[in-house]
Amino acid sequence: MADPFLSIQHVRKSFGATTVVQDFNLDVEPGEFVSFLGPSGCGKTTVLRMVAGFEEPSAGKIVVAGKDITRLKPNQRNVGMVFQAYALFPNLTVAQNIAFGLKVAGMPKADADRRVAEMLDIIKLPQMGDRYPYQLSGGQQQRIALARAIAPKPKLLLLDEPLSALDAKVRVSLREEIRSIQKKLGITTIFVTHDQEEALSISDRIAVMYGGKAEQVGTPFEIYNRPATKFVANFVGTLNVLEGKVTDAASGKVQVNTQEVSLKGKLNGSKSGDTLSLALRPEAISLGRQPGRDSSLSGEISEVHFLGSVIRVRVGIGGNTVSLDTFNSPATPPPAVGEKAEISFSSGDMLVLH
Amino acid sequence: MKGGRFWAWVVFILGAAYFFIPLIATVEFSMRMRRGAYSFDAYQIVLGDPRFQATFMYSVIAAIFTIILGVLIVVPAAYWIRLRLPQIRPIVEFITLLPLVIPAIVIVFGYIRMYGSNSPLPFLGSDTGTNALLVIGYATLALPYMYRAVDTGLRTIDVRTLTEAAQILGAGWGTIITRVILPNVLIAVLSGAFLTFAIVIGEFTMASLLNRPAFGPYLQNIGANRAYEPAALAIIAFVITWGCMSLIQILSRFAPRSANRPN
Repeated sequence: MADPFLSIQHVRKSFGATTVVQDFNLDVEPGEFVSFLGPSGCGKTTVLRMVAGFEEPSAGKIVVAGKDITRLKPNQRNVGMVFQAYALFPNLTVAQNIAFGLKVAGMPKADADRRVAEMLDIIKLPQMGDRYPYQLSGGQQQRIALARAIAPKPKLLLLDEPLSALDAKVRVSLREEIRSIQKKLGITTIFVTHDQEEALSISDRIAVMYGGKAEQVGTPFEIYNRPATKFVANFVGTLNVLEGKVTDAASGKVQVNTQEVSLKGKLNGSKSGDTLSLALRPEAISLGRQPGRDSSLSGEISEVHFLGSVIRVRVGIGGNTVSLDTFNSPATPPPAVGEKAEISFSSGDMLVLH
Repeated sequence: MKGGRFWAWVVFILGAAYFFIPLIATVEFSMRMRRGAYSFDAYQIVLGDPRFQATFMYSVIAAIFTIILGVLIVVPAAYWIRLRLPQIRPIVEFITLLPLVIPAIVIVFGYIRMYGSNSPLPFLGSDTGTNALLVIGYATLALPYMYRAVDTGLRTIDVRTLTEAAQILGAGWGTIITRVILPNVLIAVLSGAFLTFAIVIGEFTMASLLNRPAFGPYLQNIGANRAYEPAALAIIAFVITWGCMSLIQILSRFAPRSANRPN
């Protein structure tokens, strides 16, 4: 197997007595787009800042293209970075901002001007070169910041929550633009975010972080559909968690409230009498019995929210509540609160959280 | 409401009278040199006096050196405190306020004791050394104003993120300070510079006790021996100070607007 382009090996970071990153490991392939996803304080930004050189690891090493960069200063790493707060230089025009890194690197003016024009084209702001940052919207400023970061052709691009300060609509369009530019240039990219939708939509792989550690590293499909831990299952996407008790471990029978479901082959290691947390994504549940769904539970509808194209229904099953979405059909009225209801699902879609 | 506005105007007029009447009286008196008619004779005499020109030029040069010294000390110090040592900011603020608390005469006597011709650092042993000591003393006196002006300027920009953005683009400390930080606090630095200029031009105690031919001692000397010229000089000094303040106001309009705070 080829060597990874970026290798973060056993990295730890402590501030005084507090350890914010512990034994973090990650290999990133050339041209890959990897997101660090996690709640505030999980250590994702600290890892990114260690890759950038703004923080020095307490232990471990960081290797880029076969070279150990752990002790190099940020200005010696040839890494591009986009900050949450844009960080454009207020005294410089857009063109001067983009040319900053090129000028520092000693690029001749004619070449730098050409590169600036090329960058402005890439970010689709070709007429903005003479403007000052305060004359631009947040989305435009962040695109300029992206152009400034990639203009010196860095080995690695680091994005530190670049979309957090923008409004929802701009966020969606800019994330798609970032991904398309990244693919076009083939630049290896690390993207830090606490927004799961952002991470799921644009990443090749996601490292879900919690408590200073990578809980799971995988493709968005794997992270969403096969979460490795309870934290990942809860943090990524909406999840219905049902408390169950193993009644017959050999045949995979689990009791939820007073009803029984069969989870054959999924109870690895559990014994009869053990209590389990069972998880189901809302989209894996149907209201009423549906063909191809081998399991069902009965309950009572506790809430109905009409959201236009979708109707969100909550069904109480004993002490558990299950949330599911059904499509609106003009011919069928939505279910009523208090009605008896049956939900069906495929036992294969049920996750057993340990 | 109407009563409140009436009293506000009364207070305003009293305050303005307290400020302007002595000023108008001084202007009026300075123009009464010629018997029976108003004239600018006192101003002509003062401005034509070679000692005025020499002392004024001396103080202007001292002010320029003081500003350079102040900028070289204060800008990197305030920047570094904001970037890396925010915890010592209260201590530094306290130290920068000391020149307002400790009278200039105490500082200058300390200098005379410390830097006399028999001391290991004999600043007072030569004219150049004494001039240098005067500039150092002036920089100390201007420290509260210069530090506050620069620190306020630094507060309007995100020092840490801009520094990191420049660093990651390959810039070293020299480039960061000269191309990113200084241009963004230049207006604040200039404000501090004009305040320093205004302080140095009129300063008497240090220049007099160090026996320097500065504008402050000249003002005192003229005031003790002439009638109309001191009033003219007071007005000239006032105009210079007001000119400096006006320049600060004008320059502040050209301050680079922060990308995050457009207005």
